[in-house]
Amino acid sequence: MIEIWIDSVISGILLGLVYGLAALGLNLIWGVMKVINLSHGAFIALGMFFAYFLFTFGLNPYAGVPVIFLIGVLLGMVVYFVALHRIIDAPELSTLLSTFSVSLFIIGVGTYLWSTSPYAISFDVGTISVGGMTILGTKVIAGAVSIALALSLYYFLYKTKTGKAVRAVSMNRTAAELMGINTTKILALSFGIGIALAMTAGALIATIFPFTILSGGVYELKSFVICVLGGLGSPIGALVGGLIMGILENVMALQIPTGLVPFIEFTILVIVLLLRPTGIFGGEI
Amino acid sequence: MKKLVALLVALILFSVPVVSAEQYIKIGFTMSKTGKLNEESQQQFEGLKLWADQVNAKGGIYVKSLGKKLKVKLIYYDDESSKDRVQQLYTKLITQDKVDFLISPYSSGLTASAAVVASQYGKIMIAVGAASDSIFDKGYNCIYQIYTPASRYLTGAIDMLKAVDPKAKKVAIVYEDSEFAKDVCTAVKKYAEEKGFDVVMFESYPPGTTDFTPIINKIIATKPDAILGGGHFADGETLAKQLYEKRVKAKLVCLLVAPALPQFKEIGKAALYVTAPSQWEPEVKYSPEMAKKMGVEWYGPTVQEFVNAFKKAYGYTPGYHAAGGYVAGLVLQKAIEDAGTLNTTAVKKALENMDIMTFFGRISFEKGKYYGRQKAHEMVYLQWQERNGTLVKEVVWPESAKSANLVYPLYVKFEQTTQPSTKKGPGFEVGLAALSLVALALLRRRR
Repeated sequence: MIEIWIDSVISGILLGLVYGLAALGLNLIWGVMKVINLSHGAFIALGMFFAYFLFTFGLNPYAGVPVIFLIGVLLGMVVYFVALHRIIDAPELSTLLSTFSVSLFIIGVGTYLWSTSPYAISFDVGTISVGGMTILGTKVIAGAVSIALALSLYYFLYKTKTGKAVRAVSMNRTAAELMGINTTKILALSFGIGIALAMTAGALIATIFPFTILSGGVYELKSFVICVLGGLGSPIGALVGGLIMGILENVMALQIPTGLVPFIEFTILVIVLLLRPTGIFGGEI
Repeated sequence: MKKLVALLVALILFSVPVVSAEQYIKIGFTMSKTGKLNEESQQQFEGLKLWADQVNAKGGIYVKSLGKKLKVKLIYYDDESSKDRVQQLYTKLITQDKVDFLISPYSSGLTASAAVVASQYGKIMIAVGAASDSIFDKGYNCIYQIYTPASRYLTGAIDMLKAVDPKAKKVAIVYEDSEFAKDVCTAVKKYAEEKGFDVVMFESYPPGTTDFTPIINKIIATKPDAILGGGHFADGETLAKQLYEKRVKAKLVCLLVAPALPQFKEIGKAALYVTAPSQWEPEVKYSPEMAKKMGVEWYGPTVQEFVNAFKKAYGYTPGYHAAGGYVAGLVLQKAIEDAGTLNTTAVKKALENMDIMTFFGRISFEKGKYYGRQKAHEMVYLQWQERNGTLVKEVVWPESAKSANLVYPLYVKFEQTTQPSTKKGPGFEVGLAALSLVALALLRRRR
């Protein structure tokens, strides 16, 4: 029995890392540009489909991750100039609606192309069996890739010049502009990276769970909860929030009916909001 | 201008009786051309359409009281998979199109809506694509069900388990929190307990679940012989996949809906030896000889004739949705022929007395409290097996319909697959090590 508990905790941590990665994208976009990206879920789903098609072309899904990340950055930048650039200074409701329309567009086209039937990447990297525990290889790799990406993001934001510029823009856009930073470029790049993170998370999730073009919604909701839990604008907070979600989902469900788990998750969210409205690691990037 | 309008009106007035002078048997229904039920509904429609085309090619259905054959005319609309549209459109079919008989839309939910309208106007409706029992406890007296109802949907799995392994005792039931799966699984739980099984787990999961790890961990903790349940396609497929990934040592896995669909094989080895109840499969062995042995009248085409005709018409092998559509027409045809008239009361009597064997299985309807509910049709159980390296569906239960023997226990497949997964092990660990090295390097540079 104890093995099942350990098994659940490990599954929770690994999955939590992937959730955290998805939330990181949402968090970055909010932190830098104060845009609530409602197309987040749609891009997660898009990442899943890209991973699927790269896989059907014979590419290992993990080798596909850098490709998808790159596509994500480019796609995000395109979307930024098409849908966000002209209204970036408008009230938040405008950007919210704009990203929502992007989401509708992606889901509409996706439904047309691939219908809403489920797809799955049947990719097996084996399992790790210790005693009575069986940990899926795909989950371990997804967790590891998430950590690697989170660390790279951290490195980028704190150690590189462009990353510092991103942080400067997030702190005060006017001041950053006065210092000679090309804010348009930085905003486009941040949005690109945020989308890339969402799509990569989608690609990783696709190696574990089946998906449809509508699957993004679930993870989008999770991302929002994780962001608020961990603290909007805080990268570490997103990862920690993800871990909390993952572990809660897996461990609690051993004792109580699974239907009750979301109830408890959201209760915890409400409590966190009441006691610490900025989230656990709330603050600026 | 006025003259023109008058002329037009006159034309319309005259032309209506001219059109209806050639008499048809008008059959009305809605189908979901759009919306979430589109796929299944389309197949059901194609089955029904095939029946109508075949009947009309032979000149129609013979109606004794008129002394001639009448062609069939299908009148149908798109219900957009919406209950509200169904109610409006069935009212329209009855009051404006003046159809003689109704066939239900696809799904229990839409059929329940249509049933209300049909029974208000006292029109006969053949309910197909609808397995719910609850449509038949409302006292309607003109709705007739083709499918095996939910209450008997999965009970055969218990019989099958008992027959193949009398020592099996522990059953875990996990199901999607939806009306249909809940009805089915509550019924099977009761049935299992009556048969002396120990239901060690009975739990639902929310619709749209993709991560079954917590549920599977619970299943592992209870060590069941059989795992029953599921819900619809997506969740059932995922559950089967994750049960396999976790190498759960169950002897029998029987899930609703998902394994009955051809796409189920895309999960590969995870699909192997999984069983599922199905209303019908192209592999079933119902035959006129069998009907004779049982002392029941055979009616309609044989399984092979139906499958071939369907393939010829639409280019793919029919599943149970398509077969159901065809049988709905067939049952109506038989009832009209028996009654010898289109009169509702007479046709109702013919339906009440009906007990026939078709390529779809045996059909007869209940009387009394659950008037119109399907009484004789049995589910068949299929299992995914391997033939020359590819996965195929085989009917394994009941004895009378089976095309192959059940492979039992299910976990024999783990012995066949342990080899490749250990082979992949080293590469995977190397990758993991490399990743952690990168992570470490990044961490150190931060300092």
